[in-house]
Amino acid sequence: MSKIKVVHYINNFFANIGGEEKADVPPEIREGKIGPGLALESSLGEEYEIVATAICGDSYFGENIEEAKETLMGMIEKYDPDLFVAGPAFNAGRYGTACGTMAKEVEEKLNIPVITGMYSENPGVDLFKQDIHIIETSISAAGMRKAMKKIADLGDKMVKEEEILSPQEEGYFERGIRVNYFNDVRGSKRAVDMLIKKMKKEEYNTEYPMPVFDRVDPMPAIKDLSKIKVALVTSGGVVPQGNPDKIESSSATKYGIYDISNLESMKKDDFMTIHGGYDRAFVTENPNLVVPLDVMREYEEEGVIGELADYFVTTTGTGTSVGNAKGFGEEFSKKLVEDGVGAVLLTST
Amino acid sequence: MVKEIERAGIPVVHLATIIPISLTIGANRIVPAVSIPHPLGNPKLSYKESKELRKELVGRAFKALQTEVDGQTVFEN
Repeated sequence: MSKIKVVHYINNFFANIGGEEKADVPPEIREGKIGPGLALESSLGEEYEIVATAICGDSYFGENIEEAKETLMGMIEKYDPDLFVAGPAFNAGRYGTACGTMAKEVEEKLNIPVITGMYSENPGVDLFKQDIHIIETSISAAGMRKAMKKIADLGDKMVKEEEILSPQEEGYFERGIRVNYFNDVRGSKRAVDMLIKKMKKEEYNTEYPMPVFDRVDPMPAIKDLSKIKVALVTSGGVVPQGNPDKIESSSATKYGIYDISNLESMKKDDFMTIHGGYDRAFVTENPNLVVPLDVMREYEEEGVIGELADYFVTTTGTGTSVGNAKGFGEEFSKKLVEDGVGAVLLTST
Repeated sequence: MVKEIERAGIPVVHLATIIPISLTIGANRIVPAVSIPHPLGNPKLSYKESKELRKELVGRAFKALQTEVDGQTVFEN
């Protein structure tokens, strides 16, 4: 009996071509399995065979989405797969976007089951969770085996057209799809049961979760800026030369507060950028492009603002978890309040 | 970070290039910046012109701080 054919999509890194310096490699396809394909094939079992592995550099894909999508599609089509698996991409944003794009495209063009995997904060999740099944994975490739098992289990069900259970049961991100089913208990009783549990402060599960929006109301307008102390904050990774606090160039776990009280401008001899998510050439030459100290001093001199705070606050925005960024903000905002700061300009690259 | 600053009671302006991201994270006062690798200025211009552009963008941020807003507002000019 012939085996069920799988095509697998991976990036430059997982194909062992290379890291960031090889992120610009164009699409290619190779026969058989590579890297994480081993774990995928063994999880899928003997009925399945990875007939080919499609590969593309993450930057190449990100910068040439339409062309890369079309080229890869042509390559994948030739193998006439029964199942398409992309990644998993864990917390890699460009890779996640590529996996989501390809999975969606293959599903639309070939009308076969597709599946991928990502960490919850990967931007690819919000972009594609409504279109395709994305298995929730750990943050890094350390969770490869577990992720592949879930991907294989769900993929197998999809191929065999078995019933796909809820996101919680199968481990994929909620797709915003409602499924009708018969419950033994009628709605009114379920609602009252839930209410009683809520009143008793017991745990209960809503049947209709509301979307969570963490919003903060805007502060009222400032009446007289000429009496206000203004502070500069940035996620653009500008730090003193030598990066004394060793702030990470991506996925920051810390921020820095650095003195500028005696400076008129951000000189390139004094400051550098360590941000790993943009071309640093311009900011290396002129850090005022991210921390606009030179023009702030002019506004201070002209009396437009009361004064500029003695320091600026900085970290790296790229890959930094929402939890960490929130923690930084909570912590340094206390200092800003204590120091009488009445307004903040926050610059992002 | 923008939200936490505002939550702490300090009015804040987000000067950012990718406006959809700024809107997603919940900034209320947003001033569009020039480009990802050079948000406040443009190296293609002369040093003086680039600095004038930076001064104008910061000035726009000051205007945003002095403007009442109901919700998320992008200050295009």
